[in-house]
Amino acid sequence: MSWEPVIGIEVHVELMTESKMFCGCAVGFGGEPNTRVCPTCLGLPGALPVTNLAAIESIMTIGLALGCRVSERSVFHRKNYFYADLPKNYQISQFDVPVCLDGHLDIDVDGETRRIGIERAHMEEDTGKSTHLGAGGRIQAAEGTLLDFNRSGVPLVEIVSRPDLRSAVEARVYAQELRAVIAELGVSDVRLEEGSIRFDANVSIRPSGEEAYGTKVEIKNMNSFRSLERAVDHEIRRQSELVDSGGLVVQETRHWDEEAGVTHSMRVKEGSSDYRYFTEPDLVPMAMSPEWVAQIGERLPELPADRRARYLSQGLDPGTAGALSNLGGTLRAIYDDAVLSGAPAKAAANWLTGEVVGWLRKTESVSEDLPLHGSALAELIAMVEDGSTSSSAAKDVLDGVLSGEGPPREVAERRDLLQMTDTEALEAAVDQVLASHPKARDELLAGEEKALGFLVGQVMKATQGKADPRAVNRILRGRLSG
Amino acid sequence: MIATSLAEAARLLRSGETSAVDLLSEALATASRTEAQLHAFLTIDTDGAMVAAGQADADLADGIDRGPLHGIPVALKDNMCTRGVETTAGSQILAGYIPPYDATVVTRLRSGGAVVMGKTNLDEFAMGSSTENSAYGPTYNPWDLSRVPGGSSGGSAAAVAAGSSLLAFGSDTGGSIRQPSSLCGVVGMKPTYGTVSRYGLIAFASSLDQIGPISRTVEDSALALETTWGHDPLDSTSYPGDYPDPKAGLERGVEGLRIGVVTELSGEGFEPSVEAATTDMVARLEKEGVEVREVSLPTFEIALSAYYLIAPAEASSNLARFDGIRYGLRVDGATTEELMARTRAEGFGPEVTRRILLGTYSLSAGYYDAFYGQAQRVRAAIQEDFARAYEQVDVLVSPTSPTVAFEAGARTADPLAMYLSDICNIPANLAGHPAISVPIAVDDAGLPIGFQVMAPPLGEELMYQVAAEVERQAAFALSPPAVGAVQ
Repeated sequence: MSWEPVIGIEVHVELMTESKMFCGCAVGFGGEPNTRVCPTCLGLPGALPVTNLAAIESIMTIGLALGCRVSERSVFHRKNYFYADLPKNYQISQFDVPVCLDGHLDIDVDGETRRIGIERAHMEEDTGKSTHLGAGGRIQAAEGTLLDFNRSGVPLVEIVSRPDLRSAVEARVYAQELRAVIAELGVSDVRLEEGSIRFDANVSIRPSGEEAYGTKVEIKNMNSFRSLERAVDHEIRRQSELVDSGGLVVQETRHWDEEAGVTHSMRVKEGSSDYRYFTEPDLVPMAMSPEWVAQIGERLPELPADRRARYLSQGLDPGTAGALSNLGGTLRAIYDDAVLSGAPAKAAANWLTGEVVGWLRKTESVSEDLPLHGSALAELIAMVEDGSTSSSAAKDVLDGVLSGEGPPREVAERRDLLQMTDTEALEAAVDQVLASHPKARDELLAGEEKALGFLVGQVMKATQGKADPRAVNRILRGRLSG
Repeated sequence: MIATSLAEAARLLRSGETSAVDLLSEALATASRTEAQLHAFLTIDTDGAMVAAGQADADLADGIDRGPLHGIPVALKDNMCTRGVETTAGSQILAGYIPPYDATVVTRLRSGGAVVMGKTNLDEFAMGSSTENSAYGPTYNPWDLSRVPGGSSGGSAAAVAAGSSLLAFGSDTGGSIRQPSSLCGVVGMKPTYGTVSRYGLIAFASSLDQIGPISRTVEDSALALETTWGHDPLDSTSYPGDYPDPKAGLERGVEGLRIGVVTELSGEGFEPSVEAATTDMVARLEKEGVEVREVSLPTFEIALSAYYLIAPAEASSNLARFDGIRYGLRVDGATTEELMARTRAEGFGPEVTRRILLGTYSLSAGYYDAFYGQAQRVRAAIQEDFARAYEQVDVLVSPTSPTVAFEAGARTADPLAMYLSDICNIPANLAGHPAISVPIAVDDAGLPIGFQVMAPPLGEELMYQVAAEVERQAAFALSPPAVGAVQ
């Protein structure tokens, strides 16, 4: 039977606000355990939460970037469950009135744009971290557990997609695109390895053409885009094979084992878990006025998809547009300035995504420190085009510019990388070569093209390589046809 | 006694006739004389209080006057966090727990120069109406040691009644300040929800809990409120706007005011002596020029039921944090779940357990709407009922408690009978309105009877205006014989 996978992604994003969601403790990664804590994020008796408005602005920013509607009024709920690293044994989260609703994210897969629905984005607080001692870090048979509450209460945005994804590749591209958008917004450092962005996937299958959804399985513990794609792919295959062989998919949470490349059952959900949600009585409802929403909307930066569209309209191919879009803001600004200074878009993009990125990698430098202005890049490109320097010599010129030796022409002069563009001097050199090689001249006159190459080579030799071969070519042909 | 009210003590302090150390010494002496019989306190912080009193005297000598509570000994219900001083909420699960911070109300008291002398007994997590649910043993009524002081702030009410402290603070979720004040013959006041910060108050039911003063006089109550209320950025539900002046109307009298007598808070279940004293007080007020109207608030009949769905629901979540992981009692287990379960089973008393179960049930999927959801709708209806009543009258009055202090043990086996103790008090909590209990008489057995005045939200000025007149009309002398007997 042919199965169609149905995939939805839940994304948790830790915001990098200065302070935590409901208290004044600093937000940060790592550090000495239990040093960024206070009565509120430790859940001490009597302590109360107060909403961090900076976090609310961040989730509104995310929501608007994803085309969501921002609720005019939103409330927090308590999600009740017992867990050792959840200090109050309830999480302050949102239930039926999230801050953001009904958005979408466009993704490009195989040259086709797919619009993936976003059901909601809601605000909540992160939990602490458990470290199980012994037993290979697993909770079963652990000798003890250490608790670190530095992360407890860090603002967390949960973004829930609609089940609109149809393949593991789409799931991966969606996750990458979402990460790119959030990185662009500057509200989170979106580091997968530090867990500041985390992905869970809901996977089910249904017979192709069928409308009704199958039983969904939630998979967790994917800590790279590659593992997300692998895990989803594996889960689709597992479910298809299971059903093909007469089995039934059970609703459960499965854990992705990166090394073994399989998912393991973590816990079977018997019905839906009862979190006994109720309105958080310690927090007053939030009001998001249209003025406030508009203010945040005005501050939105250009998003990756819009930027790629702009690059395409400037004449870049999709591959280059994507590569350029993924470069940091500094390099993209150099591109914009170069184009403004008259550089052809394609050349500017190619230099940046190729030579400049290569140079940064080779010298282990960061783009923020680059002494390269867009106008300098435009000048360099113009020098190649007008023959002032050869394209290979231009790479040396770039190296000089990036090393801080000055503007391109100055570097080219100092490094002796300019080509002869003085037509009179070139013509004299050509005449001299023709005079000293009559045999080749006659052959060329008789139409033997290989003599041309020989003569060009002789001119280059006579000029110690500084002549522009294209100019020499042109002059030679002019001499003989006249 | 050096002074019979904090206002008087404040005058004597400033005229140099007494000192904070003297006031504290007297309070400590009274406590040490009466505590064996009353058990009003869980902790008396003699050393800390002496340092604070010494500082208060030094400040006054230096011309630093921190306000009306400067140098006054104050007792706090043991569900308010005090930095460095054990805070148990009357529960075994918090035995030995020492908070690393002060509740906002404590901070305000300290910066107002008050001398925090100790922590008073309460029903565990403020759940009860007799202070018999304390894990540390009951408190007894200074007027009759065989009777309960009411609850849950029974320790605070008994301490003020016995003269062990001039002022105490309690918390009122469903009558827990007013009912024990009534039973102990003192003034107990629950402010408008959100006016006294809940930061540092160990939560019972967050949407109902409110801290307030228990004092010997109405004026003292107003002075104590003035010092402790106000917007607190640490409490999201704290009222951010302008606050009235609680003292403004104390001497104004009541002429021209319209007073509503609540029909539903009389009749079956109300002791004749209580009804007679209430009627008598209403008649006296009428003579002073108030217009009296009978007002019916039909939703009061279902307030108790709504309360017993909402309060336990919030409590079931608020008390989830007591799990043996980070602080308080820990009973070990083979797994984390077992550790939590054993700690909670051993740490919570039967009434707390009952309410957690009740609340967990009413929040459960499939029941939420029929129970918690419905109770919230009743709550809204009660607020509408109040609003309609306040179109006709300025304040509402009733007995504070349907009965005088009952015998210890009389209602412990019957939770429903115990719950009915707060029938007059719960509507003001559900609506978030201010209400005060003023002692007006004693019954034939010499037990005090309280009179309740309820006012619209932020109507504290008006509420105190009427309460002050009630106090003048009652001419109630605070003289608990049981305390006299042990002197």
